[in-house]
Amino acid sequence: MVGRWLAVLATIGITLPALAEGPQRVVSMNLCTDQLAMMLAAPGQLVSVSRHALDPSMSAMADEARALPANSGSAEEIFLLRPDLVLVGSFTDPVTLAMLARLGVPVEVFPAEETIEGIRANMRRMGKALGREAEAGTAIAAFDAELARLDDAPATARPRAALYAANGYSSGSQSLAGQVVALAGFDNIVDEMGFGAGGQLALENLLLSRPDLLVEGRRYPGHSRAEEPLDHPALRALTRSVPSVRMNDTDWVCGTPRILRAVSQLRDARLALTGSQ
Amino acid sequence: MTRPRYSVLLAGLGLLVGLLFVASLLTGPAGLRLGPSIAALFGGGDEMMGLVMREIRLPRAILGLAVGAALGVSGAALQGFLRNPLAEPGLIGTSASAALGAVVAIHTGLAAAFPPALPLAALTGALVSVALVLVLAGPRAATLSLILSGIAISALAGAATSLALNLSPNPFAANEIVFWMMGSLADRSMLHVWIALPVMALGLALLLPTAGALDALTLGEDAGASMGVDLGRLRLLLVGGTAALVGGATAVAGSIGFVGLVAPHVLRRAVGSRPSRLLPASALGGAAMVLGADIAVRLIMPDRDLKLGVLTALVGAPFFLHLIVKTRGDTP
Repeated sequence: MVGRWLAVLATIGITLPALAEGPQRVVSMNLCTDQLAMMLAAPGQLVSVSRHALDPSMSAMADEARALPANSGSAEEIFLLRPDLVLVGSFTDPVTLAMLARLGVPVEVFPAEETIEGIRANMRRMGKALGREAEAGTAIAAFDAELARLDDAPATARPRAALYAANGYSSGSQSLAGQVVALAGFDNIVDEMGFGAGGQLALENLLLSRPDLLVEGRRYPGHSRAEEPLDHPALRALTRSVPSVRMNDTDWVCGTPRILRAVSQLRDARLALTGSQ
Repeated sequence: MTRPRYSVLLAGLGLLVGLLFVASLLTGPAGLRLGPSIAALFGGGDEMMGLVMREIRLPRAILGLAVGAALGVSGAALQGFLRNPLAEPGLIGTSASAALGAVVAIHTGLAAAFPPALPLAALTGALVSVALVLVLAGPRAATLSLILSGIAISALAGAATSLALNLSPNPFAANEIVFWMMGSLADRSMLHVWIALPVMALGLALLLPTAGALDALTLGEDAGASMGVDLGRLRLLLVGGTAALVGGATAVAGSIGFVGLVAPHVLRRAVGSRPSRLLPASALGGAAMVLGADIAVRLIMPDRDLKLGVLTALVGAPFFLHLIVKTRGDTP
């Protein structure tokens, strides 16, 4: 009977992907999904990452990414890779996403993570999307264990840190960088000014807030006026009396377990600070 | 008869500039109180407050004054020489070309290796453009050819600036097109003051001796020549002086438009239309205008870097349109 054959076909159609244990040709288009996917994917499962993943000035996993072909994120290029799953961030160009949807390419959107719980959720989500739930579970457990080991900061009488990057940008507690500062055991001076996620911190307000530690943003090659305030004589005068650390932005630009490196670096700075007092 | 009135005018303008200079020192996001901040400026009181006053606010106020004066006096000199009230460093492309010179010096690494290269490259850019405008617009500098050559030079220099910034490996560089086109004094330091002031002082030294010749020139080139004006020498002094003033100013503050247009225009009648008197008056007027604009950008948007050129254009562009209507009536 025709109806019976149709039912059989439908059953096969539904069960076949499940038997194959997740997608076989995964393409990532976002620096952060690139890194989560490289951490969790099975060998050969990930066929391309964004070109940013290969840039050591942006990516914490540039060495790992070098083994994979890079894409520059155009819909045409992605489609020709014949992916059965495309990983994107919430800031990926909606025009490209609409084109991929029209071409029938399955897309998984990962929100930008700004909290520790958000990082766990995205790791779980990546595990599910790749059919690697067990690996994701192991990675989350390792992340939590390391987080617990680093979390030895007192709740009160914490030293105050100031973040200062190009254009005078400073991150507040509602950003990932702000969370890292808090986890490392610092209060953030811009929280006293009600910054939220972050904003432009006037150089004079930075000086007058008298931080205990200055956390400077990294420098890029070439010259920019945006980075000139980092060389301002007034800021240099501050760093003569206050210790400063220059962070590696690749460790905290994305919400992945790599942020623990940034936590560890800042925690060392705190221990040096409180130890010397 | 007009002599006492002129000295009163200069004294009044000087007082205004002085007041704006002090107001600029007292304006900032930190909201310091008057007494402690003045004490901090002269080395007393709190160390951090002293840093804020001496290393952040003082260079900003000095540059506001110097950049404004440079642009004002350049505008007055160009207008006197070309006998055209529409001549202005921003409009004839001098500022855009100076910005191109500065951007090239910065992004080739020349400015980092040898800091004075920054204003000197801006001076070179300005020099090329002023010379080009004088050639293109011709000796009589008809309004149309003056403005058209200015538009073309501005567009070319702006495009080359954008290209240079887009080619930079630095991810922030491309956003700085706005700074070079609109100008800002945010977070400038004493280093910028020491870089820019000598070049601007050189420009002033070249321009001020032209005052008498510019007066003679108001009667026309032939009359001027018969009164002993050496036109070739005058042109050299004027081109060099304007280029140095605009180059020095633009190298540290970006292009700030319309200052050289508005300041001489507002003051022309008060000085009896004599270029020799308009030069110092326009320097003070330009200084007041830029200091005022720089105070305003900090009051309107304390936590954003609103560009100075935005404010000067809001004031200056209507003036410019008004002048176009007026000169259209004058010329056949």
